[in-house]
Amino acid sequence: MEKILEARHLRKVFQAGSREPLLAVDDVSFAVGAGEKVALIGESGSGKSTVAKLITRLLAVTDGQIFLDGEEITRARGMKLKQAYRKMQMVFQSPVDSFDPRCTLGDGIAESLRNHGYAKAEAGAETARLMELCGLRPELSDCYPYEVSGGQCQRAAIARALAIRPKLLILDEATSALDVTVQAEIMSLLNRLQRELSMSYLFICHDIALVQDFCDRVLVMHNGRIVEEGTADEVIRHPQKKYTQMLIDSVL
Amino acid sequence: MSEIIRYEHVDISYYEKRVVQDISFAVQPGEILGIAGESGSGKSTLLRAAMGLLGRGGVVTRGDIWYGDKDLPDLPVKELRALCGSEMAMIFQSAGNSFCAIRTVGAQLWEMMQAHGKKDKVAFAEQARDILAKFGFASPGRILDSYPFELSGGMQQRVGVAAAMLLQPKLLLADEPTSALDVTVQKQVIEEMLLARKLFGTSILLVTHNIGVIRKMADEVLIMKDGACVEYGNTHEVMERPQSAYTKKLLAAVPCLRR
Amino acid sequence: MNEVSVRAPKISRDRLKKKLYFFSLVAALLILAAFFSEYLCPYDPYAQDMSLAKAAPSAQHLLGTDRYGRDMLSRVIAGSFTSIFSTLALVGFITVLGTIIGVFCAWAGKWIDTVLMRLADMFLAFPGLVFALAVAAVLGGGVHNAIFALAAISWPKYARLARSQTLAQQELPYMQAVRMAGSSPLKIIRKHVLPNIAGPILVTAMLDIGTMMIELAGLSFLGLGAKPPIPEWGSMMSDTRNLLATQPWVTLAPGFAIFLSVMIFNLLGDTVRDWLDPKNRR
Repeated sequence: MEKILEARHLRKVFQAGSREPLLAVDDVSFAVGAGEKVALIGESGSGKSTVAKLITRLLAVTDGQIFLDGEEITRARGMKLKQAYRKMQMVFQSPVDSFDPRCTLGDGIAESLRNHGYAKAEAGAETARLMELCGLRPELSDCYPYEVSGGQCQRAAIARALAIRPKLLILDEATSALDVTVQAEIMSLLNRLQRELSMSYLFICHDIALVQDFCDRVLVMHNGRIVEEGTADEVIRHPQKKYTQMLIDSVL
Repeated sequence: MSEIIRYEHVDISYYEKRVVQDISFAVQPGEILGIAGESGSGKSTLLRAAMGLLGRGGVVTRGDIWYGDKDLPDLPVKELRALCGSEMAMIFQSAGNSFCAIRTVGAQLWEMMQAHGKKDKVAFAEQARDILAKFGFASPGRILDSYPFELSGGMQQRVGVAAAMLLQPKLLLADEPTSALDVTVQKQVIEEMLLARKLFGTSILLVTHNIGVIRKMADEVLIMKDGACVEYGNTHEVMERPQSAYTKKLLAAVPCLRR
Repeated sequence: MNEVSVRAPKISRDRLKKKLYFFSLVAALLILAAFFSEYLCPYDPYAQDMSLAKAAPSAQHLLGTDRYGRDMLSRVIAGSFTSIFSTLALVGFITVLGTIIGVFCAWAGKWIDTVLMRLADMFLAFPGLVFALAVAAVLGGGVHNAIFALAAISWPKYARLARSQTLAQQELPYMQAVRMAGSSPLKIIRKHVLPNIAGPILVTAMLDIGTMMIELAGLSFLGLGAKPPIPEWGSMMSDTRNLLATQPWVTLAPGFAIFLSVMIFNLLGDTVRDWLDPKNRR
């Protein structure tokens, strides 16, 4: 299978002042194939969100390499990074906070389109199409993020991420701030989009039950390392590591 | 009437906008009532009303909350404060935030005890260590001497539960007590609350959006939507045979692990 | 079964908006009056009439006259132009300059940030009056140099505020989303950072108008600001301070004018701050 994303021996050390350096991500290697849905699970502090920030280049890596669609982007900047973001987009945990409070949802979705050469009118039409694709009424494009519900806002965030047709979508706890019924709706939206657009997903999540239904492959992180890897059913039904076993036993 | 707390036809409004309407239920001694619902359903508001914590603009516009023979919304602030802590205790989503950052856990618990008229510091220290030990903390003395930020989030929450039990309240009001926690820690906190009931016969009013927690802890469950009660009954009954359409939808949306 | 109790909600009406309109109107009127002060004076503020010197307030001269027989009311009104507009110019200048430097520091980081912020510390460490005296000694007195002296020691406050606000904005999740949308730093600053940090900076500027007015008047009082015969409240008080015992109105009139304007701008600033406070929004 063609690899869309490959991370090799990622390491991230946080150094704050005179305090003990913190090793947040330790020798993490994995790959996401084209059209594959990979889950990264683990508890808070396991480093899974740091991994997301490293591969999206929102944080600089200490060591290791990141390849996106065959190209190395470990130290990409400026135009090269902008090109990389055409192929990879992210949906954040808190939908309302991921939009500028002083811009409407429509502005937020259109921003990347405008940055990638769409004229204003074209961007507006495309925004309306994207919102419809994500199950939002086009009128909502004039709303501010705090005026809509969390679920609607997350749909808008997904629409924004899809705007420049990325090949890889990174979902960092994208449903954990939402109610369960809304979560179910968002998950079915994501499933539908994946079928229609054949994207790859890197799904970062702490809810193991959700991952089981949704993902092809699961990576379990603990203390900055990947401790177990396999298909969702393998890992959940026959965990090899003690930590994974404990994690699964704790699920109510 | 042997109930610990009884809500009768309670309506709560914020600035003339009704957020809770016509809720009635009762909690027996030693019983755990779970109040479940999604965000904005008014479940936390319901709990806050009992402690007089509705905040600006919030008022119980109709109905009564009976604690024994006292109607809580009509109780003078001073009397209500005396009840809080000694008879009723509250646990918040993040106990860490309800601790003051610059003093040790022990000092803050002692202050709380003083506020309820306890004088003997030595006896307090003994009691605090005793209760922490009962809840399975390996070194209670060290916990009392540490500052809140030295404890992990899960540890803070567990200390919060133990601290709430110091005055052996008859009723524990828990507002999303495990929602900020990882699953492994969530399990510990749940077990700790169940132990509190076993040791002291405390009733618990548990507000959470997590159906799994309800299933594990609650004897009775009340499902809320948009400020109203959609279903109220035995937890097992409701989980197995939900009657209302909303409850069915809610339960179906909860992802279940297939082991 | 007990009867169900009913309680009436206490309705608290929001008076903030009315307050905001009121003080904005008063401040606008004050600025407008200062702008057209030339036409509002009942007498020529420069016309001397020694026969009327040091006259007490009367129907012709509501605030009396000074030692050259100039009408005090006219002088106070005429003085508002220099006093108010030099203050507004000063506050506007340091707000813009400070914000630009602060945002730049936050964005550039590294050594540029360190150098500029240490520079800001240096300026903050100067005592205002001593610095103004030094400026006056080098460049001479006059309103412009007084403004320059005060601007030099006041911009760091805005730079620090803008810097910390920008750093806070950079930490917010939406900033990551905007970066991933491929926006250039300049676009991010213009479209996202500035609108979001404008609130606290504007409030600080509003509250500073009063302070700066007093500082400027103080410098003029010491003879480092406006030069006579140009009417300016601070220098007017200074000119006439030896008359305080015998003809108090001559000194008190400009003093009261300062007091009133400072109060209006401070109250407006307070109201704007309350209004922008998210706790007061529902």
